[in-house]
Amino acid sequence: MASFLQDLDFIRSLYIVAFVLFVVGMRGVTHPTTARRGNWIAALGMAIAVVATLLDERVGDFGLIALGIALGTVIGVPAARQVKMTAMPQMVALFNGVGGGAVALISWAEYRGELEFGVNPELETLIPILFAAIIGSISFWGSNIAFAKLQGILPGKPIGVPGQQFLNLALLLVAVGAAAAIAAGSESEGLFILILVAAAVLGNMVVLPIGGADMPVVISLLNALTGLSAAAAGMALDNVALIVGGIIVGASGTILTNLMADAMNRSIPNIVAGGFGGGGTAPDGGGGEERPHRSTDATSVASQLSLADRVVVAPGYGLAVAQAQHTVRELADELEKRGVEVSYAIHPVAGRMPGHMNVLLAEADVPYEALKEMDEINPEFSTTDVTLVIGANDVTNPAARENEGSPIYGMPILDVDKSEQVVVLKRSMNTGFAGIDNPLFYNENTSLLFGDAKASVQEVLAAVKDL
Amino acid sequence: MDLITEFTILVLAAFVGFEVISKVPNTLHTPLMSATNAIHGIVLLGGILVIGEASGFLNELILVIAIAFGTINVIGGFLVTDRMLGMFKKRPKPAEKTPE
Repeated sequence: MASFLQDLDFIRSLYIVAFVLFVVGMRGVTHPTTARRGNWIAALGMAIAVVATLLDERVGDFGLIALGIALGTVIGVPAARQVKMTAMPQMVALFNGVGGGAVALISWAEYRGELEFGVNPELETLIPILFAAIIGSISFWGSNIAFAKLQGILPGKPIGVPGQQFLNLALLLVAVGAAAAIAAGSESEGLFILILVAAAVLGNMVVLPIGGADMPVVISLLNALTGLSAAAAGMALDNVALIVGGIIVGASGTILTNLMADAMNRSIPNIVAGGFGGGGTAPDGGGGEERPHRSTDATSVASQLSLADRVVVAPGYGLAVAQAQHTVRELADELEKRGVEVSYAIHPVAGRMPGHMNVLLAEADVPYEALKEMDEINPEFSTTDVTLVIGANDVTNPAARENEGSPIYGMPILDVDKSEQVVVLKRSMNTGFAGIDNPLFYNENTSLLFGDAKASVQEVLAAVKDL
Repeated sequence: MDLITEFTILVLAAFVGFEVISKVPNTLHTPLMSATNAIHGIVLLGGILVIGEASGFLNELILVIAIAFGTINVIGGFLVTDRMLGMFKKRPKPAEKTPE
């Protein structure tokens, strides 16, 4: 019996089952009602792939394998269980990073193993190993920096050194040059370590100058890269499961990255070169002069809201930071009791990742149906009585529509300025991530409620209850 | 497996990934990213395959760490995705809410 279980064709058949489950599972994740089941179907596929691999007769050292899996479980399970919903993006960055790290380490160990035979492996094995080492190492370190920035360990604002782009290019040339030297016949572990180190420094240097606003795109890009590196490792190890699993993620990550970049009207090369969030674009117009704006108080906002028929909440990054989602939902419930229709306008990049705002609001029990995507809600603003902008700035900036000179010109925005009244909850008159002034704040139908988003919403909620 | 077969699989699988993913609504992008993130943890299999042939403390240490990393990626990824998706619930009836 053992012989048929260990047969390579049987193992590969199980891999095929795993691929089918991956694809069916991912298709499930494309719809809210089947998403959860889809995720578990994909996980089942993974379990089958792991068990099939353990059957392979070349596999040994079960004690060490068990040790590695146990360590990973002890670290991974509590991390996934305990992470706060607002900290989700950095958790994804971290999980992505360890995946890239695993690829880099495996390629290193594989190269060391091959060297013990005294010669370099054949090129069709060697080239994927070198590729996996470079990309895996970039992904590991880049993801760690993304994590550190989002977690607040490193400042979220861009960190750069002069001549950064030349330095990055030089690092890339060192990594690729060392890889070429190995491929050309140098048998040297030192060169291999040089590849890993140069790619590691490059990963750090590429992500450090990127501002917080661009971070989702970067994490998505790194996710795609890790997938590609896993596929390369699969080619080196002649393992079809790695090839397929890796490239599916490489493909999906690329699409997701493009979607995000499109939504922000940013090109991926621009983001990676550092610009936006960075010091590259100067704020629009002379920021010295204070333009007149109208501030308001919680009581007035409360009466505006309760007199309205239709209220739209446009939440942004500030809401996530202030953890105001539960309070906002309570306010919405309170208004609905008074017959006000409340919906939420979700910009594709609201929060820190596409869909992040949906997760945050869902966590606060906001019904899925009340969340409306940009294209759906934009025509409805003209029939909206009050729009409540909470901690969102750039995604509501009409300059993106009207001012051709603005750095964000062309970025799709929520047309909140078209509603009858706009109330903006803001910490201060500071500009958003992009450092761009927002004409919305000076409109006649706009009033500003200053303060911490959560505290402000609480005050409004209390005032509504008192009415 | 020869190189050209591997390339064939690679290219076709890329298209499969592309087609499946391109139909995901915006709202599910974060969970999707997290789920695909878990799937590239499949590199765990690489660690399992290589460790059997490894000898020497350093090689084994590198690979144990790699397997641990891969496991964190897989298990953490799927669990965290499940947590996110568990939050997409239907509206509880307003009547069920206890008035404050």
